[in-house]
Amino acid sequence: MDAPSLMFEEEFEEIQRVCDKLYSDANGKVVFIVDKNGQPIAAAGELEDLDLTSLATLTAGNIAATGGMASLLEESEFSTQFHEGENTNIHIQIIGQRVILVVIFDQRSSLGLVRLRVRKTSVELTGIFDRLVSKAESPGVKSPLDEITDEDIENLFND
Amino acid sequence: MSFINIASREINCKIVYYGPGLCGKTTNLQYIYGHTNPDAKGKMISLATETDRTLFFDFLPLSLGEIRGFKTRFHLYTVPGQVFYNASRKLILKGVDGVVFVVDSQIDRLEANIESVENLKENLNEQGYDLDRIPYIIQYNKRDLTHLASIEELHELLNHRSVPEFEAVATMGIGVFETLKAIAKLVFLELKKSHR
Ligand SMILES: Nc1nc2c(ncn2[C@@H]2O[C@H](COP(=O)(O)OP(=O)(O)OP(=O)(O)O)[C@@H](O)[C@H]2O)c(=O)[nH]1
Ligand SMILES: [Mg+2]
Repeated sequence: MDAPSLMFEEEFEEIQRVCDKLYSDANGKVVFIVDKNGQPIAAAGELEDLDLTSLATLTAGNIAATGGMASLLEESEFSTQFHEGENTNIHIQIIGQRVILVVIFDQRSSLGLVRLRVRKTSVELTGIFDRLVSKAESPGVKSPLDEITDEDIENLFND
Repeated sequence: MSFINIASREINCKIVYYGPGLCGKTTNLQYIYGHTNPDAKGKMISLATETDRTLFFDFLPLSLGEIRGFKTRFHLYTVPGQVFYNASRKLILKGVDGVVFVVDSQIDRLEANIESVENLKENLNEQGYDLDRIPYIIQYNKRDLTHLASIEELHELLNHRSVPEFEAVATMGIGVFETLKAIAKLVFLELKKSHR
């Protein structure tokens, strides 16, 4: 399924709220959502020293690679991954075949708790992203690119 | 596929550098990384073998300024050129908005270039893209070396569509930013067209 191509204010706020809630409910360090192409969509938690762009890309690369393995094994996808480190653990969950939900946590939480909260959140996020995608595809929607002229594009490169 | 975030006012696009093994894809990104303002770039990630061959991809996030109040962000990727990494190349092409084909201009790499274009075409087709329509730029790299194929010959063999083409010496940065600007521009023009 396609990743969303347009993000609107309303859904953006909703998704952010879901991330914030999961972050606190799961006792996580960091929660973030990235689309399958590696674009970060929302994040919550201890983000100060975090290179979110890099993490998002590597998460998407990882999911792409596991997806490739899945199709070689005639599986549709491996929807959950868990990586255990000495201090930090990562739980990765594909949501509605579209986007990826990542929870980073330490000993303040547990795999059981994270799993439980992620499962509940998945349902909620699937609903939001389904709505988002059909909204973006609905005919009346105006893309901000409509107003961009060839001249604007030209100007971007005049330096 | 481009991603437009109306809430955070960002436009995100994905550009992939393609081409045969050792043609200079990673070198292009390294040069861009080394010569871009620190606040316009993120970290460059290279998933490489111990001998510095690309194993999965290189990644470089870049900001190219604002258009009508929207920040433009480009995600540059390279694929691994070695023939046996084809499964990885397919994955990297997912969601691509524009392709730069980096040609190794040396005569003894002619065959490898042609095979790589064929491979690009096939891999794009599998994802439902068409090399004859996607934003596409060709860069003739390694022009500093001897035993080179002429530009005319390379054009004849590799640029059937007559897309914009640039001569380059990626190690010295010649042609690198010209190539990047050209593909970014094509991607924007296409984005504008397809969102109409
Ligand atoms: N002389 C010369 N050498 C170049 C040029 N561009 C790249 N090289 C060299 O060619 C070698 C391979 O370059 P890379 O950028 O790693 O090649 P690549 O296309 O990423 O290769 P893969 O990752 O295997 O697909 C390196 O030693 C570069 O320094 C150039 O314009 N001139
Ligand atoms: Mg490389």
